[in-house]
Amino acid sequence: MAGNTETDMLKIKNLHASVEGKEILKGINLEVNPGEVHAIMGPNGSGKSTLASVIAGNEDFEVTDGTIELEGEELNELAPEERAHQGVFLSFQYPVEIPGVTVTNFMKTAINETRKARGLEEMPANEMLKKIREKSELLEIDRKFLSRSLNEGFSGGEKKRNEIFQMAMMEPKLAILDETDSGLDIDALKVVANGVNRLKTPQNATIVITHYQRLLDYIVPDHVHVLLNGKIVKSGGKELALELEEKGYDWIKQEAAV
Amino acid sequence: MAYTEEELKKELETKEYEYGFYTDIESDTFPVGLNEDIVRAISKKKEEPEWMTDWRLEAFRVWKEMEEPEWANVKYKKPDFQAISYYSAPSKKPKYDSLDEVDPELLDTFKKLGISLDEQKKLAGVAVDVVMDSVSVATTFKKTLAEKGIIFCSISEAIREYPELVKKYIGTVVPRKDNFYAALNSAVFSDGSFCYIPKGVRCPMELSTYFRINQAGTGQFERTLVIADEGSYVSYLEGCTAPMRDENQLHAAVVELIALDDAEIKYSTVQNWFPGDKEGKGGVFNFVTKRGICETNAKISWTQVETGSAVTWKYPSCVLKGDNSIGEFYSIAVTNNYQQADTGTKMIHLGRNTKSTIISKGISAGKSQNSYRGLVQINGRAENARNFSQCDSLLMGNECGAHTFPYIEAKNKTAQIEHEATTSKIGEDQIFYCNQRGIDTEKAIALIVNGFSKEVLNKLPMEFAVEAQKLLEISLEGSVG
Ligand SMILES: Nc1ncnc2c1ncn2[C@@H]1O[C@H](COP(=O)(O)OP(=O)(O)OP(=O)(O)O)[C@@H](O)[C@H]1O
Ligand SMILES: [Mg+2]
Repeated sequence: MAGNTETDMLKIKNLHASVEGKEILKGINLEVNPGEVHAIMGPNGSGKSTLASVIAGNEDFEVTDGTIELEGEELNELAPEERAHQGVFLSFQYPVEIPGVTVTNFMKTAINETRKARGLEEMPANEMLKKIREKSELLEIDRKFLSRSLNEGFSGGEKKRNEIFQMAMMEPKLAILDETDSGLDIDALKVVANGVNRLKTPQNATIVITHYQRLLDYIVPDHVHVLLNGKIVKSGGKELALELEEKGYDWIKQEAAV
Repeated sequence: MAYTEEELKKELETKEYEYGFYTDIESDTFPVGLNEDIVRAISKKKEEPEWMTDWRLEAFRVWKEMEEPEWANVKYKKPDFQAISYYSAPSKKPKYDSLDEVDPELLDTFKKLGISLDEQKKLAGVAVDVVMDSVSVATTFKKTLAEKGIIFCSISEAIREYPELVKKYIGTVVPRKDNFYAALNSAVFSDGSFCYIPKGVRCPMELSTYFRINQAGTGQFERTLVIADEGSYVSYLEGCTAPMRDENQLHAAVVELIALDDAEIKYSTVQNWFPGDKEGKGGVFNFVTKRGICETNAKISWTQVETGSAVTWKYPSCVLKGDNSIGEFYSIAVTNNYQQADTGTKMIHLGRNTKSTIISKGISAGKSQNSYRGLVQINGRAENARNFSQCDSLLMGNECGAHTFPYIEAKNKTAQIEHEATTSKIGEDQIFYCNQRGIDTEKAIALIVNGFSKEVLNKLPMEFAVEAQKLLEISLEGSVG
């Protein structure tokens, strides 16, 4: 292992991934340090969700080259749940419905399975309840909501808010938020962004995938990357997002083509 | 070829029959085959009165004229009814001296179910050296029941001690000629439970066959009769989540429930007969006739969780005879590997304002076939009858099947019948979502299945529900790569 004194939270080297023989990620390089917020932007179909899925270990995608490391440890061979146990969390662009399983039960299972994998006892019920109360207050979620079936019949915005509630419960090292802002109304966006900010510590890191500058007004990124056709073609500070908002992607496409 | 001692013993036994060791009816296991003498001998063994012997003989005559039904959506090699021994005295001798001799796979399952060591021994047929707790539990239990005038005993004891009650009700809900298996059972049943709740009494505890310790083993031809007198209530639990292994391939039980005016019977079953190995060999065939009759304002609910058997053929039914009576059927049937299940219910509406609810959840995995077959019949006199049926199927993988056969016969125009059916598949996206939250695939499936079955699990008494949930998990273990 590299003798860095400061290990990256996430280090992606030359990552290639394909689905059904079609290459989607074509050599991604990305380094994220603890305490940082990175934003990934890019046109529809450029591979943002694919990158998130591949980091999380979705086996629909085949990694044909490159490595993904979390705190210096390679994730490539790990199953999705093992990556979750290591502290990777993905807020889904399209959260999935699980009929009959309440939000509370789902979180209880997720937390206890993760604790088990880490060699810890199950979380005592009162502690669990306290945590649920705390985090649902943070995200201004009605308690009644927590006894509904996971994502079943949730509105688009409710689903997204619920994803961030889960993130708050799981306390990941690396959180990837895939278009969490889409579907949220203006007030909800503030609540969710505020939640994300409150959960930030110098030890964890966040990757925010978004199309809009608006979210980045609240969750201020240290770095902004533009993903185009499976590659990061441009990186910069938060002002890059403003520039994109103003000018769109054409100029980047032209630059990249040169 | 290496023989285990068990196999050797079995081999020797069958050899004996081959050599004509036939007519010693006094022996503890009867020779194979069925004829009037065998029926008489069973009745004699049980020290039954003459009316009972005659009742059995009549059933036997009816059975002889009947043919095995063909219509269930299951395929199996028909048992040879002349190759079965119809009576085996309950073995007093333990099968094993210690748990070390028991199949480790079986013990593993016990452990997963959280069954105590003592209970494990009892279930596996191991000698128990200390006086078990449940003996004293059972004694206090019996006392409490007796104080309320509740009768809860084996059917044989009831035939001897309470002949008027048995004579009045046996065969009134499931007549001997009802079907092939019911007729067979009526002729040869040797074991089972009897329960009577007097007028206006609310049974203070769940009645479970488990407490009838001297009769804990389940017979091949079980007969159960539950009578809830006017205005009484009882919740009855049948079965056990522990996997039941049995040398008897064929099981044909009959259960009759009688709910008199204003009475309520809740009958819950968790059934986990050995389904056969992964290739489907050696499982139990389970052909059961369960039916209840409701008088005025009475209510019967059947709740069942079925995970076992190679072949299951079972339709707990309600005859809603009295006005305003209610029938309910809540079922979860799981099939895996090569299992086949054809289950469902019949709701026969005879009285006015009768109401029935059917919730059936079928879960199929592996190469199994799971069928729901239900009949809702509204008779001419049944004004304002209502039925709601919901049949949901959950498929795991591409090699299993789910089938729904709802039959509706309405002879009264005021009937309101609603039927809903859904089929879903456990999606890879659902599994990945769970995985991403740190839940492995096996656990994810258990979670999804529990969610799917929740409406039915909620109907089970609390303790049973927890066990049933664990059972679902275990039954589906390894069913998705
Ligand atoms: N399972 C799959 N099978 C086939 N093609 C896929 C699959 N998943 C993704 N793709 C393709 O890969 C490309 C990248 O998709 P991806 O979802 O990563 O885009 P995105 O950048 O997240 O887009 P958006 O901004 O619309 O969310 C698209 O062309 C998409 O059609
Ligand atoms: Mg996307």
